Amino acid sequence: MEADIAVNSDNKETWSGGGAKPFGASYGKMMMWFFILSDALTFSGFLAAYGLTRFKFIDSWPIADEVFTHIPFFHGNYPMYYVAFMTFVLIVSSVTMVLAVDAGHKMQQKKVALYMFVTIIFGLIFVGSQAWEWKTFIKGSYGAVKTTDNKILQFVKDGHQIAIADFVHGDRTDDREQHTKKNGLWFENEKTISQYSVAQVQEAFKKDPSLQIRSERINLDTKQKIIFSREESLKQLAKANQVVEGANLHVNEYGNPIFADFFFFITGFHGFHVFSGIVLNIIIFFNVILGTYEKRGHYEMVEKVGLYWHFVDLVWVFVFTFFYLV
Amino acid sequence: MGAHAESNKRIWIVLGILSLITAVEVGLGIVKPPALHLNGLGTSWLNWIFIILTLAKAYYIAWAFMHLEGEKKWFRRSLVWTAVFLISYLLFIVLFEGGYLYETLAPLVKW
Repeated sequence: MEADIAVNSDNKETWSGGGAKPFGASYGKMMMWFFILSDALTFSGFLAAYGLTRFKFIDSWPIADEVFTHIPFFHGNYPMYYVAFMTFVLIVSSVTMVLAVDAGHKMQQKKVALYMFVTIIFGLIFVGSQAWEWKTFIKGSYGAVKTTDNKILQFVKDGHQIAIADFVHGDRTDDREQHTKKNGLWFENEKTISQYSVAQVQEAFKKDPSLQIRSERINLDTKQKIIFSREESLKQLAKANQVVEGANLHVNEYGNPIFADFFFFITGFHGFHVFSGIVLNIIIFFNVILGTYEKRGHYEMVEKVGLYWHFVDLVWVFVFTFFYLV
Repeated sequence: MGAHAESNKRIWIVLGILSLITAVEVGLGIVKPPALHLNGLGTSWLNWIFIILTLAKAYYIAWAFMHLEGEKKWFRRSLVWTAVFLISYLLFIVLFEGGYLYETLAPLVKW
């Protein structure tokens, strides 16, 4: 029987693979590596699908640094700085993780605990930032209208995008109220209705001759979104049938809804990995404090979750490039 | 002990390299020099720069942080070659298909 199985399964060494160390890597570490490999392929599948869709809509894809322009507590246009900060946080957390592994090799329990703790904190800062990024994206910044042929129209004054609230004033005028279960259509809920009605936006637009409409379409020579003439703008706006504020899985004020779908899906899947990584790190952190690895005589578990944590950083490097830079 | 001091020093150097690359990427992403942004082979030069810098970052994370450089050569290859081969293959097929979809469908879209 012994000859048939690669790993002893009849004693408590099962989990660590006993003494078997192919390629000088322990069973656990090797399996963590192969898990990471398969997870990397999953992520590349998602990013490849994103790439396909982007190539498919290459002449109308939203321009990332016009979408992600916010920094907490500051107003204004700051493309990229916040994600750069998030990237930096994750890289630094990778460094503290390396330091924890290193301290583990030297059997310095207190140092391992300290570095694990710092890694967890940086991880939390990262997911917190990502949650904020999601919130900002869902809430939207300017607002837009959607036409009957499913195109997003944005508003422009002197070549710069402006918010709907910048030129439509006062409250919603059509007395439309949000349906709730107890008030309105019987037992029907309704999603949040927009701040202004379509007619109100159209009317305010007509009154101000300096306003123009920016389409989703990109001029492939200048890589800028095409801005319609005033006459064309009025013609396009007449087709509007929905005011869009922010982004969700169905509509997206920044352009194609599938951009939002991929953003939520891929950054969400990555965020879930970060979250799992934090949970694993917390478990290992407590094991370190309790002296589990001192008793075991080695800190290899720290090394294994460390691999996972670096992998999360590795994936983010690609997500950062393909969502925010390219 | 000497080897540990050495590896610690390397960690900080790698942190410096990764931060520098990120800073360069963000700088280029904000400035978008027209010469790089509007010309290129297949995609813009800027995109090529971003992709190459990203692969450089991935290399440093995998080799230094995940310590692939210390693993046995063929263990490392079983991981890296598998990923590189499968991912290149997937990207080749899927991105060409995306380009085909654009050429086929874009003329049908009314703007």
